Parts: sequence; C-alpha cells; structure tokens
Amino acid sequence: MQMTEETETARKAWLGLLAKAPAADLAALWHGFGQVPAHKVLRAPEIGAVMVRGRAGAVGAAFNLGEMTVTRASIQLAGGVVGHGYVQGRCKDHALQAALVDALMQTDAAALVDRAVLTPLRDTVTRRKATRAAKAAATKVDFFTMVRGED
Amino acid sequence: MYVAVKGGERAIDNAHAWLAEERRGNLAVPEFTTDQIREQLALAVNRVMAEGSLYDPDLAALAIKQARGDLIEAIFLIRAYRTTLPRFGGSLPVDTANMACDRRVSATFKDAPGGQVLGPTFDYTHRLLDFKLAADGEAGQVAEAAPLQGPTPHIMGFLDRENLIQPEPAGEETPADLTRAPLELPASRALRLQALTRADEGFTLGMAYSTQRGYARNHAFVAELRIGTVAVEMEIPELGFAIEIGEITLTECETVNQFQGSKTQPPQFTRGYGLVFGMTERKAISMALVDRALRWKELGEDDIGAPAQDEEFVLYHCDNIQATGFLEHIKLPHYVDFQSELELIRKLRRDAQVAMQEAAE
Amino acid sequence: MDAQTLDGGFGSPPQESAQAFRAIMNATAQPGTIWQVAGAMPPAPVSVAAGVALLTLCDPETPLFLGASIDSPGLRDWITFHCGAPLVSADQARFALGIWDDLPLDDFALGTAEYPDRSATLIVELHALTDQGAVLRGPGIKDQAQLSLPETAAFQRNNALFPLGLDFIFTCGDRLAALPRSTRIG
Repeated sequence: MQMTEETETARKAWLGLLAKAPAADLAALWHGFGQVPAHKVLRAPEIGAVMVRGRAGAVGAAFNLGEMTVTRASIQLAGGVVGHGYVQGRCKDHALQAALVDALMQTDAAALVDRAVLTPLRDTVTRRKATRAAKAAATKVDFFTMVRGED
Repeated sequence: MYVAVKGGERAIDNAHAWLAEERRGNLAVPEFTTDQIREQLALAVNRVMAEGSLYDPDLAALAIKQARGDLIEAIFLIRAYRTTLPRFGGSLPVDTANMACDRRVSATFKDAPGGQVLGPTFDYTHRLLDFKLAADGEAGQVAEAAPLQGPTPHIMGFLDRENLIQPEPAGEETPADLTRAPLELPASRALRLQALTRADEGFTLGMAYSTQRGYARNHAFVAELRIGTVAVEMEIPELGFAIEIGEITLTECETVNQFQGSKTQPPQFTRGYGLVFGMTERKAISMALVDRALRWKELGEDDIGAPAQDEEFVLYHCDNIQATGFLEHIKLPHYVDFQSELELIRKLRRDAQVAMQEAAE
Repeated sequence: MDAQTLDGGFGSPPQESAQAFRAIMNATAQPGTIWQVAGAMPPAPVSVAAGVALLTLCDPETPLFLGASIDSPGLRDWITFHCGAPLVSADQARFALGIWDDLPLDDFALGTAEYPDRSATLIVELHALTDQGAVLRGPGIKDQAQLSLPETAAFQRNNALFPLGLDFIFTCGDRLAALPRSTRIG
C-alpha cells in the first residue's frame, strides 16, 4: 500500500484503538464480524515487553520508567496485504485479530470492517472515558471566598 | 573439616504442598479470583506493578494471590517473570501533559487552570473503620458532572514562563537502563529516576520524610500531583511510524523547593520529580523529594551529609528485591561458615585462657 | 516494507530459538565442532545458519554491522522485522555479519578490562566449513581440533588479547562452528 500522510494518520488511529481496546471487546466484535479471511502468519503471536519512558520534570530528558507487556503478530492476506498487530497485555488472539483487522482495513473490505468492528470499539472506549471524566469533574473543588484579609 | 551434605528434598516438597494449602486457607471460605484482586485490591496491584517494574495488572494480581498477599514476594515473582520477556524496544517518552486526569491537585496554586480535581482519594476521610464494609461492600451512586474540556496544563509551565524555576532541558538521548548495565556511580539523573520509580515504597518514604525533618534542608511544596491515564507510543520499524501500543495509569508529582541560589545558580525555585506506575500517590511524592535531595551537586548546593543526599546510600539500598535477597539468604544453611567461626572462637578462648593463666602465675 | 522480506522467521520461536541457542552454545564451548541448525530463511545470499544466529542472538539492544557484500535493502528489512537490531558502523556493533573480507577487524569493540563481555561477536559466512585446516587448542578442546579458518594470523592476534578480544561464529549453509577468543591457533 502506498502510504500518504492521510492513510498513515488513519492507520495510526486504528492500530492505536486496537492496541488499547480490551481483548475481550475486540474478540466479541471480531466473532460478530464472522469472516476470517484466508491468510498466513508471518510472525506468530509473541509476548514481550516494551520499556516505557518518561521525562525528568515532565519536560526534560528521558528516563526509563519500567516495562509493560505487549503482544505482537503479523499476517499476510491471500491477496498479499500485510497486517501488523501490537497490543497491550499478553493475549495472543488479541494480537492476531488486530493484525487481521489492520490488513482488512487496507482492502476493499475496509468500510465493512470499520462498521462492524472499529466503530463499535471506538464507541465503547469513548463512552468509558467519558464516564470517568464525568466522575472526575464531579470532584472538582469550587472555592468560595469566606473572608478577604486585606483591610 | 569440610563436609558436603545433601538431602531435604522430601521436606521441601512437603513444605511447599503445605504452603499451597495454607495459601488457600479455610475451604469453607470461597476462593477469591485474580480478577477480584485486580479490581478490589487495586492499590496493592499498583504497588506490585511499580516496584516489580512491569505494567500488567493481571500478572500483578496473580503474583499477589500466589504470594499470599506478601507484596515484596509478589514483586519478586514479577521481577523474575519480566526477565523472561523479549524486549521489543523502548517507547517514546509519555506525554503527561495530555493525561486524562482522574485526580489533579496543586498545593501551591488555588486557581490552577484545569482546577483542583480530587478524584477517588482517601484524603479528608476520617480514618474510621467502616464496619458496614464487613457485611456489605456495595458502593452507592457516584455523582457525575460535565467533563472538563481540553488538556490540563502543567502548573510548572507557568513558573517556567516567568523564569522563576530552574529549567529542565529536554534531550532526545536514549537513557541508560539499570536493568541492562550495572549501576555505576556517579549516576545520571535518568538512572536515579529509574532506580527511584521502582524503589521500595517504605524506604523511599522514610528517606523523603528525613528530608522534611531537616536532613537535607529541603522544604518542598507539591506544585502538582496528577493521576490518570496516558497513551504509550512506540516507533514500529516495520511500519515506519509510531503507534499507540497501550494505555497506562500513572501518578506524577512535581515539587517546588525554595532555593537561595548558589555559586552557580541564581535564586529560584528548583524541582523534584516523581513518576510511578499506577495510582501510587505516596510513592510519587516520596520519589520527588528524594530526587530533589539527590540533585545537590548539579544545583551547586552543599553536601550537608544527609542520608538522602548520598547517592550511593540511596541507590544501593532502595531496591527491595536486592535487599531482601541478601537479607534473607542468611537464614539458609551456613553450616560450614559457622563451623569455622566456632573453631575460631574456641581457639581464641583457649589462647586467652592460657594467657590469663600465665599472667596469674 | 516488502511482504517477501517479512517471511522466513522462526515458525515457533520459543522451541527453535532454544534449539539454535543450544547449538551455538555447544559450538562455542567445543571450538572446532560443527553443528546443524534450522528454522530461518533469510534473503539471499545469507545462509540459513547465519539467519538462525541472527534470529537467536540479535534484538533491539544488540547493534549489528553488515558487511558490504551481503548488505541489501531486503536483508535490512528482514533483520529489522525479525530481530529489530539497529544497523550501525563497526565500532558501535555488538554483532557483525559478513564474509571474511567484509569485516574491518580493527574497528570492532574488544571489551574492557572491567567488562570483557562488551565486545563484538562476528558471524562470518564461509564457502566451505569443514573440520580440516588450522589446528585449535585450548578450553573445550581435548588435545586438539581442526577447523577450516579463513586465515590464522588474525585469530592468533585475537587470542593474544585474552581476556579481551572478538568471538567468531562461522556459518555455511545450515551448519555452524565457533571460535571464542580463548582458543589458541596452530
């Protein structure tokens, strides 16, 4: 696939969504989609670690914070399109399903997959985040001045 | 005389079987699942992830179950497991300015943009045991309000704009990693921060407290404390660009310390920094205070001989797995070592008795 | 990245890399012995054995030097995908892959007195690999062994640096042998 800036941005977005989504949520939607396209596995699902980095003082030089578990897999569709999955945690099916979705999103099936898998996944994630943000907002302190000590 | 002995396999097997039974406890009480630990003992899970230096809540929950709630034993299990994982690479530095904050408070600016958001905190509770929980742990309805829009800017940024705070130069170098190469002193700040973020919470707290009581002359304010989730991004070579590979909860603490200036620095505020996996507020604040104390040399301050200023002392004793490994090994068989000590003391006593007798005669 | 270059990794990494590691370890422990390995299909002209060694030993934390005569975009992509090893100049490298004439021996790290392990391991592709040729003596060798080394002087100089020095893995087809710095030549 020829990468333009636009397709790269779109691909980044779906790969990020697939990586962060709970494995069970993706599995349910993937099974709902129902079709597993013919493919071969280029890289069998592999569990590993990524060293997460932070910055000293939030903005300074980088330092190593600790590792997180990540699982990755790569597949190739019968038509030749390659898909990669890098997902958080240790679920091998999660990585394979992410790679399959990534590959299908580069084919004519993109609209179908987007509707059946990515859109509902995105909605769930957005809803969950909004609920948390709403609970946080309810704990915001409203100060009111009791006495001003200027006189 | 050296006597090699072996044996004890049966005793060890039986001890481990009994350990498993004791872990399970009374069979009349339902067994709890690792999901329950992850959800309901989340702060224990967070501590195990932070000090085990591996972000994976399910694994941390399993480790806690297996370790019967002994968190240092659980951290040991996680440290052992993480050594078996191939490392795919390093992430881009996380952008905490874009954190989705559950909590964000400042002790220095009441009207901080973004507001004071308390989040699910123990603060302002009365620390009275809630006996209702013993019977019924169901929670009530939680209030919601319109979510705050936009990112929450770092408070330090405002001081920075006025040049009132010591700047923090950015750098794109790959930081040294103490899990890959042995720690060498003097350690870079990157190495110190890595050591502190995985350091024992109790040790770090004690060291931080000592600086507050005068053993390093630092009076710290919490300029900002935030807890929330950030995305983790990594460059993927086969893609040729960076993608988000996950999302983690972090606690970040930035402290400001008054600083009178030194031979090399003008009077200004200085900073300490804490960043820790999970919801780990006490640890992050402690880390920031100890980080600040260890920076005396680069800020041109005097070494007043405080323990928290002593890099070697702090960095070589803050890791609870190193500490417990060396500490606990002394309970394992030392029969031969002790035999030689015994012979030595007997000989010394014999010699001393002879000397005393000779002196008396 | 070309899909062809993404092919040819271990089908079952835990088992195959463990078996390959065992073979490389045995080869190093008993210099002069030749071991068969399998599981990698690197792009030509790299041998199966060299591919196996890369997959087993190299990762994002082991910078790799590629000799000019085997270097190609296809090989670079294959290494990036399967090993993740950064490709660097000889002085930065912890591993190197090439034919004998490709490898600037003087440029590689020899280790330091405190950390002799901070040195390079060179994977050298040979046209023929047999237990005939230079006489080897030293740790792991009963009396003596023989190996078809590409030359002897360089290995004698390397041995004289012990405990510093380079270590070598020789590959040909699906077979490999090794020559650690501790082995005396001739």
